[in-house]
Amino acid sequence: MASNKKYWKNEVELNPNDSIVETLRQNEFVEEIPVDEFLGDKDNLSETNTNRRDFLKYVGFSTAAASLAACEGPVRKSIPYVVQPENIIPGVANYYATTIANGFDFTSVLVKTREGRPIKIENNTDAKVNGGANARVQASVLSLYDSTRLQGPLKDGEPVEWSAVDDEVKAKLNALKTSGKQIALLTQTYASPSTAKLIAEFKEMYGVVNHVTYDAISEEGALSAFEAKYGERALADYDFEKAEVIVSFGADFLSDWQGGGYDSGYSKGRVPKNGKMSKHVQFEANMSLTGANADKRVPLAPMFQKVALAHLYAKLNGTGVSGDLPTGVPEVLDAVVAEIKKNKNSAVVVTGLADVNAQTIVLAINEMLGSKAFDAEAPKYVRQGNIENVNALISDMRAGSVGALIMDGVNPMYTLPNAAEFAEGIEKVDLSVAFSTNWNETTEMANITAAANHNLESWGDTEIKKGHYGLIQPTIKELFDTRQLQNALLQWMGSDKSYYDYIKETWSADLLGESEWNQALHDGVYVAASGALSEEIEITDVDESETSSTVDISAAVRSLANATSGEGMELTLYSKVGMGDGQQAGNPWLQEFPDPISRVSWDNYVMVSKKDAENLGFINENVANGGLNGSYARLTVNGISIDNVPVIIQPGQASGSIGMALGYGRQVGMKSEMQTGVNAYPLYQGFNNVQSATIEKSSGMHEFASMQLHNTLMGRGDIIKETSLEIFNTKNHAEWNVVPVVSLNHQEVPATSVDLWDSFDRSIGHHFNMSIDLNACTGCGACVIACGAENNVPVVGKQEVRRSRDMHWLRIDRYYSSEDSFEEDNIKKDEFDGLSGGKGSLGGFGELEHPATNPQVAFQPIMCQHCNHAPCETVCPVAATSHGRQGQNQMAYNRCVGTRYCANNCPYKVRRFNWFLYNNNDEFDYNMNNDLGKMVINPDVTVRSRGVIEKCSMCIQKTQKSILDAKRDGRVIKDGEFQTACSMACSNGAIVFGDINDKKSEIAELRESDRMYHLLEHVGTKPNVFYHVKVRNSNEA
Amino acid sequence: MKKVTYRNQISKVLGISLVVFMLFSISLFAQDEAAATSDVAVTEGFGGDAAKGKTLFNQNCAACHSLTRKMTGPPLANVESRLSEDEGLDREWLYTWIKNSSGMIKSGDAYANKVYTEYAQAPMTAFPTLSNADIDDILAYTAAPRPAPVVAAGAQVAEGGEGKSSGISNEMILGALAIVFGLLIMMLVLVQRTLKRIAAANGVDLEKTKGEQRLPLWRAFAQNQFLVLVSVIFLLLAGAYFAYGWVMQIGIDQGYTPIQPIHYSHKIHAGDNKIECKYCHSSVRVSRHSGIPSLNVCMNCHKSIYEYQGNPEGPSKEDLANGYTNEFYTAEIKKLYKAVGWDEEDQKYTGNTQPVEWVQVHNLPDLVYFNHSQHVEVAGVECQTCHGPVEEMEIMTQYSPLTMAWCVNCHRETNVKVEGNEYYAKIHEELSKKYGVDQLTVAQMGGLECGKCHY
Repeated sequence: MASNKKYWKNEVELNPNDSIVETLRQNEFVEEIPVDEFLGDKDNLSETNTNRRDFLKYVGFSTAAASLAACEGPVRKSIPYVVQPENIIPGVANYYATTIANGFDFTSVLVKTREGRPIKIENNTDAKVNGGANARVQASVLSLYDSTRLQGPLKDGEPVEWSAVDDEVKAKLNALKTSGKQIALLTQTYASPSTAKLIAEFKEMYGVVNHVTYDAISEEGALSAFEAKYGERALADYDFEKAEVIVSFGADFLSDWQGGGYDSGYSKGRVPKNGKMSKHVQFEANMSLTGANADKRVPLAPMFQKVALAHLYAKLNGTGVSGDLPTGVPEVLDAVVAEIKKNKNSAVVVTGLADVNAQTIVLAINEMLGSKAFDAEAPKYVRQGNIENVNALISDMRAGSVGALIMDGVNPMYTLPNAAEFAEGIEKVDLSVAFSTNWNETTEMANITAAANHNLESWGDTEIKKGHYGLIQPTIKELFDTRQLQNALLQWMGSDKSYYDYIKETWSADLLGESEWNQALHDGVYVAASGALSEEIEITDVDESETSSTVDISAAVRSLANATSGEGMELTLYSKVGMGDGQQAGNPWLQEFPDPISRVSWDNYVMVSKKDAENLGFINENVANGGLNGSYARLTVNGISIDNVPVIIQPGQASGSIGMALGYGRQVGMKSEMQTGVNAYPLYQGFNNVQSATIEKSSGMHEFASMQLHNTLMGRGDIIKETSLEIFNTKNHAEWNVVPVVSLNHQEVPATSVDLWDSFDRSIGHHFNMSIDLNACTGCGACVIACGAENNVPVVGKQEVRRSRDMHWLRIDRYYSSEDSFEEDNIKKDEFDGLSGGKGSLGGFGELEHPATNPQVAFQPIMCQHCNHAPCETVCPVAATSHGRQGQNQMAYNRCVGTRYCANNCPYKVRRFNWFLYNNNDEFDYNMNNDLGKMVINPDVTVRSRGVIEKCSMCIQKTQKSILDAKRDGRVIKDGEFQTACSMACSNGAIVFGDINDKKSEIAELRESDRMYHLLEHVGTKPNVFYHVKVRNSNEA
Repeated sequence: MKKVTYRNQISKVLGISLVVFMLFSISLFAQDEAAATSDVAVTEGFGGDAAKGKTLFNQNCAACHSLTRKMTGPPLANVESRLSEDEGLDREWLYTWIKNSSGMIKSGDAYANKVYTEYAQAPMTAFPTLSNADIDDILAYTAAPRPAPVVAAGAQVAEGGEGKSSGISNEMILGALAIVFGLLIMMLVLVQRTLKRIAAANGVDLEKTKGEQRLPLWRAFAQNQFLVLVSVIFLLLAGAYFAYGWVMQIGIDQGYTPIQPIHYSHKIHAGDNKIECKYCHSSVRVSRHSGIPSLNVCMNCHKSIYEYQGNPEGPSKEDLANGYTNEFYTAEIKKLYKAVGWDEEDQKYTGNTQPVEWVQVHNLPDLVYFNHSQHVEVAGVECQTCHGPVEEMEIMTQYSPLTMAWCVNCHRETNVKVEGNEYYAKIHEELSKKYGVDQLTVAQMGGLECGKCHY
């Protein structure tokens, strides 16, 4: 049975009387051309000195001048290398394997460089762990070319030489050796064997060194629980591919939970194979990316999550526990328990609660189940932060017992909830040195600002997971006079070695032989044979005591079950897929990246449930130009208030809870355009992501740049087809993947069989198709950034996004649907009778669904569908868009005159118009207006100018390159060689690209799948992009 | 800014000057023969054949040694006498050294080690195949007096004599022609006057027959409205035609010949010396860019070619007319040395480089993607097909219009080279069957689709 759910993108759509929805449905481009603005003002017109004749004179003159100027082209210079490096051929890309390890993201990647400059980041498919680059990692190449980067070391804000810095620091360090004051190193998590060894040597040399690791967003609870149980400060690893049942209590494991990197395994388990797929139940407060993908999502305030977790443990254990749960939840828990008991060792339970008891119980449950997906043997080292040490350091600083403070990769003045105490402390430190790529809140306070390398300019190594090593190699020489901490430490230790030599020695001595070094560097990753782990490179501050027996589970359960919330609402602080902990807040790609759930870009906000919003008087409204406005709120936690937090009414938000993203609100050293959102770190009290907060309305309305109401699909047809696993397994695909019918000669026939046009024979040569599996897509958005990087998609800024002028060629539409009442809704909808009245459809759709409760969510990546019968092609007056034999809908920018007929006629709304010149234009001060930012531009793709339409080209530059490579080698193209930027970026396997005329290819097989359908089949556009019906494992529980 | 010269004009001028050149070239040959003979007459003496020695020297030694200057190895002019006078070493020492230099260094020979350390510790290649007689020949050549001044003198003579005379000859021809025309006009006037006199003598009244009733031609024309209309239309159409032609050539820089910072002559490199294009433009095989060679590629040869010696016959008349003397070219090589930071004295790089800012000749707009390797490596198109006879170009010029029509025409007419390329096997078989042809053109293969070049 096909799903006939009515999808909606915003609850406003459900209000049939809302004029804005109607306006948006009618008008493709939201704003009218403001003719009245300059012609309507008669006074102004009559006052002006320019009369009609003058105007004509100007026109004549400028035309003549322009044509005269066109007679002579500019002289272009061409400057070849004096000595060309052997491995660089102009026009040919080189790839280097490296690792992004910035303290928040740890990912093995390939970096594409052209003429020596990195231009794109791709997944390292050789990596067994964390080989999938997320949106932030994809975008980090742009941070390398940030024009606000520090260009050299500073002392008290004034530029100095490195030698002066060295002298001063060395003198200070030597003086401190005997003074009794400590030398403190406050750093990010490195997870680096060589850095750990180096810091140990540094300690040995100066004696009084105190190394404190600090994570802006802490995993203290999980680390402590793991340490208590297994004796090592690390994080358990999970392989969700092996799990049949996944139960999560507030763990957003598809984004940044415990270092992230779990989505590709999850997705593999979500694609139905042999009638089986994993079942995912999520208990959470905020609507997270993970909850959006769950089969069953239970909105639950954090307090109840704890109680529920305690109940789950008790039920699995066969014991009882106190604590009340909201109605409905115990039933769900019972079903979950039954499910877990059925699957036993293929079930896994995770939690994102910072509470150490919760983490302890989760470890105990997974241990008890013997879960296959749970791995405590080879844990992950991607979070090392220790709150106790951080707090101790701050009190030492305030006590004046810290002589020197060296910071790297951290911005405590911004990220610490108790930044004021830190500020007080740093005043009392004799010498503070901050390594940073940018001027920020902390460098402002430090005596010496050491300009640091970007990750892509640095050497390094990582041990992301026990035994899984990665190498960081520079892909470009330092752009500025910068230095990485490790090189500085070597310098200060009086060593003449570079950090590169140091790593090589460490690896050669402890990990591998000389012969393997080059191979490891080439691969970027190295997996040690089990047991070959050397003790010397173990993280030195690991406490090796046997403590597993001392963990008191029952006490933990009791404490959880008795959890209570404080006054007011429960606030859950989280990190956004696009912004993480905020270290890349100056990155315009990430700022413009819309949040997968709220579809808001350039902002953070507080998320409130509809019920609470009504009680508190918060509103969200769409104004005439389609922009979203929201009320402001004042948030108070523990006496600390932040004002003017914009409010988003978030469907699915557990009532009594609110949510807010960290990582926004950076101010110091940022371009004014990038100073977006409000800083939520002051509310991150005690590094606990759950706080009890009070929220009240304040005056004024905030203007959001939301893509939510933009490019609506006009309510046409089944856009996302969806079914349940049971129906998928038992019924014929004609029932759950219904092909729409149209009337032909008064007979209903499948729409796919009717053709208005003659079809071309596409069986010769290549015929490209793209497959998008809605089951595998988690909506993470890595493809969106990858697409922008590959195709030079410009950033347009908050105001332009608000005017629906975003330029993303690939967007991920997020649709809400209703749950549980599905069958009833269906019956009700079928029973609609007439327009008005009790069963009228006019008001019916509004009644049909209850938006405020708990909608199901579906993600759908939409790019140009490359229709074989493309409506855009037939309406272009200048034939600027045409079709190729290989199936690509081609766009000749130089031919386009900007009528925008194509955009109007596109049923998928994927065409983008260049309203302005986005490059070399200081009005758009992002990356395309400065020489540094322009270095990221892909030279194989035209940078578009004002007044032309652009859209997804199906990466024709990449398919053409694959073809040319094969021609040059004189060989047939292998399956998998054809790739687009998005298909390469998708580590989840949701996007597959290839040639369907190659009958043995993966894409040809996917096209024959029962789940395959085209978007808006009844329009008859015959797209070359197809989707796979989303199957939910939701018939039970 | 841009200097655009038209090839047609150039070829006309060249054509005329060629005719003139032919007229005056007989004396030149005589000169060259004289120069050539002077080279051989020097050699007998020293117990070796200097002519043979020259061949051997060029084959074996010239890569590292010059006669007169330091290169990878020391200068070899009069090496034997120099060694015997300065170091007291005899020919036997040289035999051993040439046949096995590294052995000699190891044996601890004092002078051998001195030379070894002086020249960057690069041991000389051993030549065990050279017999003592061969070495004698080489030594005879090194001992021979150098013929170099003769070439310079020849060049000077050529410059002084023929160079000027060709300039004068043009003027002379024009003068002669002018005189001939003048004479013709004078004759016409005289004939007319004579005829008039005869008519007067015969009593014919010329003035009358000319008649005042006859309208002047222009007035008759002006009164004929039809004619006026037709002429106006014709003029307008012609004007429009030429205006259109003029407008359409805007931005098409066919014949664009910018002056480059270093006068690099493709004629000398690709023409006279027949260096393969792809030797220097190596990235043309794999990349979209043909690549301007980096200066280290130049230095592969120019480490040893430090001066221009021209053709064996010396520079041609045209070259001399343009000032392209050997000295001129040698000065350009020095510019290269300066750019690449090559110290000629010490034969090493100083590291002080000045990248050369070449002026780009072929300016394809950004909106079009062109890939050299596709055309050169896959399709096997000759460089000359688009770039013209580069091997004849003294200064690189834009030969083709580089317009889209020009691209498209070629794609319509050219067959895809499918032989031996497995990639094309299937598609060619199917497509040629579909179109009913043996050979597919690029257009039939899809080479006219917008997206193939514009993305």
